[in-house]
Amino acid sequence: MTGALATREAAVAAVARGRARRDRRRRTVMVLLALLVAAVFATTLMVGRTFYPPADVVRVVLGEDVPGAGFTVGRLRLPRAVLAVIAGVCFGLGGATFQTMLRNPLASPDIIGISSGASAAAAFAIVILGLGGPPVSVFAIAAGLGIALLVYLLSYRGGVADTRLVLIGIGVGVMLDSVTVYVLSRAPQWELQEALRWLTGSLNGSTWAGVLPVLLALAVLGPVLLSRSRALSVLRFGDDTAAALGVRVERTRVLLIVAAVGLISFATAATGPIAFLAFLSGPIATRLTGPHGSPLVPAALVGALLVLVADLVGQFAFGTRYPVGVVTGVLGAPYLLYLIVRANRSGGSL
Amino acid sequence: MTAEVTGTAATAPPPGAAAVRRPARVRLLWLLALAAALAACCAASLAVGSRDVPLDQLAAALGGSSDNLDQAAVATRVPRTVLALVVGAALGLAGAVMQGVTRNPLADPGVLGVNMGASLAVVTGIAWFGLWTADGFIWAAILGAGLTSVFVYAVGSLGRGGATPLKLALAGVATSAAFTSFITAVVLPRGDIADGVRSWQIGGVGGARFDTIEHALPFLAAGAVVCLLAARPLNSLALGDELAAGLGERVALTRGLAWLGSVLLCGASTAVAGPIGFVGLVVPHLCRLLVGVDHRWLLPYSALAGAALLTVSDVLGRIIARPEELDVGIITALVGAPFFIAIVRRRKTRAL
Repeated sequence: MTGALATREAAVAAVARGRARRDRRRRTVMVLLALLVAAVFATTLMVGRTFYPPADVVRVVLGEDVPGAGFTVGRLRLPRAVLAVIAGVCFGLGGATFQTMLRNPLASPDIIGISSGASAAAAFAIVILGLGGPPVSVFAIAAGLGIALLVYLLSYRGGVADTRLVLIGIGVGVMLDSVTVYVLSRAPQWELQEALRWLTGSLNGSTWAGVLPVLLALAVLGPVLLSRSRALSVLRFGDDTAAALGVRVERTRVLLIVAAVGLISFATAATGPIAFLAFLSGPIATRLTGPHGSPLVPAALVGALLVLVADLVGQFAFGTRYPVGVVTGVLGAPYLLYLIVRANRSGGSL
Repeated sequence: MTAEVTGTAATAPPPGAAAVRRPARVRLLWLLALAAALAACCAASLAVGSRDVPLDQLAAALGGSSDNLDQAAVATRVPRTVLALVVGAALGLAGAVMQGVTRNPLADPGVLGVNMGASLAVVTGIAWFGLWTADGFIWAAILGAGLTSVFVYAVGSLGRGGATPLKLALAGVATSAAFTSFITAVVLPRGDIADGVRSWQIGGVGGARFDTIEHALPFLAAGAVVCLLAARPLNSLALGDELAAGLGERVALTRGLAWLGSVLLCGASTAVAGPIGFVGLVVPHLCRLLVGVDHRWLLPYSALAGAALLTVSDVLGRIIARPEELDVGIITALVGAPFFIAIVRRRKTRAL
């Protein structure tokens, strides 16, 4: 009797130890990621055509007027770095939400056409309608939600099959990219940099005015997503299990989709659809923290880190200045192929 | 478009496959119709643009006179029309052969990433290996197309069930996306070809010149001949490899021929016009409705219809973006992607 009890207690203790170890790893990884984000953020402010020592940068950030550094750091580098972090967080959160909910890393908003839709709408609002500022974001989010619904309806055939959804989303994305090119061709003149922004994403020309809508969206929608992260994790186990565990499945799902698409669309309106960012952040975060717990916060941190690093690399590592989306595209595309190879090997449901 | 799509869905072959063979009379009739459509497309391509040319002027210009602006405009549109015809035919034919040899309704030089691979090879050659001759472009493109097709097929056929249509398509579009990123990265630092980022990612026929077309023609002709040689064995292959072998067909040889032919076609057409997708996807499906699944008829029909589709797409690109023009690759993507979605949507993407 006591023997059985002892074994049970030992088992419980072992489980608790395992959980504690996993939590510890998760926390460590998140703290490390946050530190890295902060470090790269600081580097971004200091490094450039002219180097400014940390003291100058700190004084500028605190609002002092430093000759030279005041403009370069305060007006050029700071908004760019802030936008990089916010956009990275938005794309990371949105991507991880979709990937977790649909249980498929390929089902991220930038692969299934949602970012392309937001981008086409933003380009349309700017180039054709001559809008600027918040109305552009409204167009982007309306298009993002519309495309999400469209892809869902197109791939719904008594249940949504994974691969079908992904392929249909890719098809929709191809069309929307064509629309973007068409819209850009209506601009007074073809600007390669502008085209790259709306097709692969770029941080060039970041301003505080551009940062503000994304920041507001993140402040509102971010907490909504995070507050549902437990429900999101439960949704992974299927609708019935989730319902049995007390999650209001349909309501939660709609809320999650709206919040995720909102984040993606607002970020896209500011930076363009940074290639493969939403797709990359979640899987990298999961790889780092292990498969336990909600992937949202780690994915957000990884997203921010990726954008900062990719932008730094794109600007200074080569002779040419690459827009951030080109760098993430070159990084992300092989990973996409790798995922497909792995899924095929393990006999996925394709 | 919708009518065509629902039509395709309806012909998912009934038991006994009534659509396998159409009477010769019907096929000839469609051939005439197709030829007429092609002629109309050519006329439109010569007449429509930022300056619309009336028919009498068009006739005069074709008669060789170049007295006024209208007739001069026609003369400048001749090369692009020829290029659209040639490349369209090549892509239509290549698509039909690819669909036949992989028995995959989603196969297409664009969807499977082959054209983007050809494009990446050319761009890499220009940027890193000092490639600058028309023949060099073509050889590089053919090499790129060949390697890419092998790679995509290898990725798509890993794992259970071999190269199922959806797996192959996913491998293809992923490869295509990857190559698009690489092309941007390779071309962007080169100021002298930076505008080429666009033309090597989205195909177009606007910059057509007769001398580049001349360079590509032998390759295209060779590819077409090889493909047509494979037409009859492809019919047996449609029954499955085992059955085809049982019927005395040399399966590996047929596959090799079809592969070689389509790689030549895709490579050469990408080298002269850039990567153009979806023509090879749409055209064979439509032609199958017209003439059935016999490749001896399907292949020539696909070539004709591909030429017509690309020419009409080019005209469309000039109309909707007046006074500028849209690259034809944009138009084919706009038209072809819904078609792609419709095929994916069918409950069971049956093997051909």
